[in-house]
Amino acid sequence: MLKLEKLTKVYKTGDKALSDVDLEVPQGQVIALIGPSGAGKSTLIRCINRLVDPTSGRVILKGVDLTGLGARRLRRERRRMGMIFQEYALVERLTVMENVLSGRLGYVGFLRSFFRKFPQSDIDEAFRLLDRVGLLHMADKRADELSGGQRQRVGICRALIQDPALLLVDEPTASLDPKTSREIMRLIVEMCRERDLAAIINIHDVNLAKMFVQRVVGLESGRIIFDGAPEELVPEVLTQIYGEEDWEATIETVDEDDDEEADA
Amino acid sequence: MSSALELKLGTRWKKPPFITDAKLRWALLIGSVIYLILAFASLEINWARVYEGLERGWRFIMAFSQPDFTSRANDIREGMIESVIMTVTSTIVGIAISIPVALGAARNIAPMPIYLVCRFVISISRALNEIIVAILFVAIFGFGPLAGFLTLSFATIGFLAKLLAEDIEDMNKSQAEAIRATGASWMQWINYGVQPQVMPRLIGLSIYRLDINFRESAVLGLVGAGGIGATLNTAFDRYEFGTVAAILIIIIVVVMALEYISGLIRARIK
Amino acid sequence: MPTSTKANGVKAWQLRDRKGQLLNWAMWMGTAIIFYVSWMKISDQTTWFFVYDAPRIAADISNRAFPPRWEYVLQLGKPVWDTLNIATLGTIFALIMAVPVAFLAAQNTTPSKIFVRPLALLIIVSTRSVNSLIWALLLVSIVGPGVFAGLIAISIRSIGFCAKLLYEAIEEIDETQVEAIRATGASGWQVMVYGIVPQILPAFAGIAVFRWDINIRESTVLGLVGAGGIGLQLQSSLNVLAWPQVSLILLVILVAVVIGEYVSAKVRGAII
Repeated sequence: MLKLEKLTKVYKTGDKALSDVDLEVPQGQVIALIGPSGAGKSTLIRCINRLVDPTSGRVILKGVDLTGLGARRLRRERRRMGMIFQEYALVERLTVMENVLSGRLGYVGFLRSFFRKFPQSDIDEAFRLLDRVGLLHMADKRADELSGGQRQRVGICRALIQDPALLLVDEPTASLDPKTSREIMRLIVEMCRERDLAAIINIHDVNLAKMFVQRVVGLESGRIIFDGAPEELVPEVLTQIYGEEDWEATIETVDEDDDEEADA
Repeated sequence: MSSALELKLGTRWKKPPFITDAKLRWALLIGSVIYLILAFASLEINWARVYEGLERGWRFIMAFSQPDFTSRANDIREGMIESVIMTVTSTIVGIAISIPVALGAARNIAPMPIYLVCRFVISISRALNEIIVAILFVAIFGFGPLAGFLTLSFATIGFLAKLLAEDIEDMNKSQAEAIRATGASWMQWINYGVQPQVMPRLIGLSIYRLDINFRESAVLGLVGAGGIGATLNTAFDRYEFGTVAAILIIIIVVVMALEYISGLIRARIK
Repeated sequence: MPTSTKANGVKAWQLRDRKGQLLNWAMWMGTAIIFYVSWMKISDQTTWFFVYDAPRIAADISNRAFPPRWEYVLQLGKPVWDTLNIATLGTIFALIMAVPVAFLAAQNTTPSKIFVRPLALLIIVSTRSVNSLIWALLLVSIVGPGVFAGLIAISIRSIGFCAKLLYEAIEEIDETQVEAIRATGASGWQVMVYGIVPQILPAFAGIAVFRWDINIRESTVLGLVGAGGIGLQLQSSLNVLAWPQVSLILLVILVAVVIGEYVSAKVRGAII
């Protein structure tokens, strides 16, 4: 369904963030994209919906090549890709409901969106999604009154109300505590299963990734150096991605910490 | 599906209004509309006169393409020098007086009676427009740059002392306390505990005020308090738009230069 | 560590090294010299006889000015109303024009950094460098004396001021929020309304009230050059040396300024 062909991004400063990335994501598959900071994870998903324009290569979503599209066509295609951000990226001074409805902006005209006159079907869907993530009672609260976990739930609603085929998820748990991180990851994966969505999730926490996804892709210096099931992520592979480290020991202590949190 | 959701489905949704009290919201809205209507009604614009003036306005704009620096060069030079002199002296004197006033107007340093006196001085200085102060000083001290110098010094005190006092009130208590704990005297305490914390802001504000004083000095001449304003006024009276344009260009360039320099200095302090 | 050697050969600690110390001294000396020269110039142009006489004149004026001519306040209703209108309508017009200028001037929203942005910055710097009294002087000579000239003068002066503060606010917005809206497939104007405007709205309201407060002060003196408002009465009273009227007018201005400051502080508190 999504296909990347020789995707390359070179920034103006000369940094090569991505080089010849080939990747194929079938319908309904959730992928974890792991790798050290600066490996190009963030650039990769931003090249897919062209928040960052790739230097060369192709991005093909359901047969449409996104790389050559003009502004108007690109906006139409962006509706098919929901994005969830690291720091939630909610518009803090708008209400929760406005933030969710902003996911429909690609579908409604300017004047309707300006006067907040969204179609009733959008409003019902927004209520349904908020109810699904347990935030219906917060609909008219301003986004900056919410806690981190709640904000990320609103971010998920905003992405899902777009009725996307693909979710692009950028470090969804980076600013959350371990328990909330798991809840958010579980929610994203569940939502993808319910709606048969494909998703690419950038994540630096390998253990969290292994818990929830069927496929892991490892990125290092802009190249894919691992692509396989979570079980195949043996210490040798991790060393290749992240560099030398006593992986067994780290994994164990992290697990213990998480268990304690879960017990508490 | 929860029962709360069932209630909400199918209902309209509206952005919650900014002012929650509906009566107050309507009162404010209707009140503003009425005010605007009354205000516009009382404007009394003489459109014929405006239309006549458009040609003059156009001449003024065109004058900027060929400003006349030469025919009144002497007046312009004298006026500018006077403006600069007033700016520099009044800023220096203003800063020198503002510092003790600011110390006195900071609640965490000054005792109550001194605090009240200093706050009073600041409010008086801020409430009175420079031009009005200049008129009074001209009446008392006679025409000339002395009145302008006094006006700007007085205005500087209100501006600088207020902002500086706020900065002193916001400063980090523990740093100042640490100095006091060493057994420092009051002067030493101010010098080591307070001054380093507010110095960057003082320098930044002083340069900003220098900029304001220069701009203000350009109008004080209108009421006889010295500076380029008198030359400007004469040029307007004679409709010598070329000279007007020349003076305005000089003012704009000087202000831009001052802003550029202050940007550089502020960047270095930080 | 900067040190110096004393006569007996012992090194002593110093805050600055030799060069720094010299520079420091040179700066203070320079300032002192500039001040001295400037002061002499002012002194040359001052008739010191008048200055020595100043206390007597000041006492004389205040004797004449008090008590103020209270019944004159009845004639000040219309001028005060005009002054309020100049400030309020002037601020509204200025804001209407400042918003587009600010968006053209901000690094992250300008359509072209090479052509449009410098133009917007030029508008900002030229309108705010020139005092509103000078703008009033100009407009009186263009559209004739009256409230309209004052209103336009205040508007023009405020454009640069408001646009500068506003474009700085625009440059400080959180780009990820804008990015998130863009990622939904929103059009350029929708990104503006949902991503940028909510972030700068508090700053905008603050700037509006702040400038209105300043404009109340400035519009009280525009009448001195014939641009309407209470300054007209001040000017005519000064011309005939009617000091009791002058003192009353100054009192009214003071009250207006204090009320203006109170209202703007209240509104700002309610918004933020």
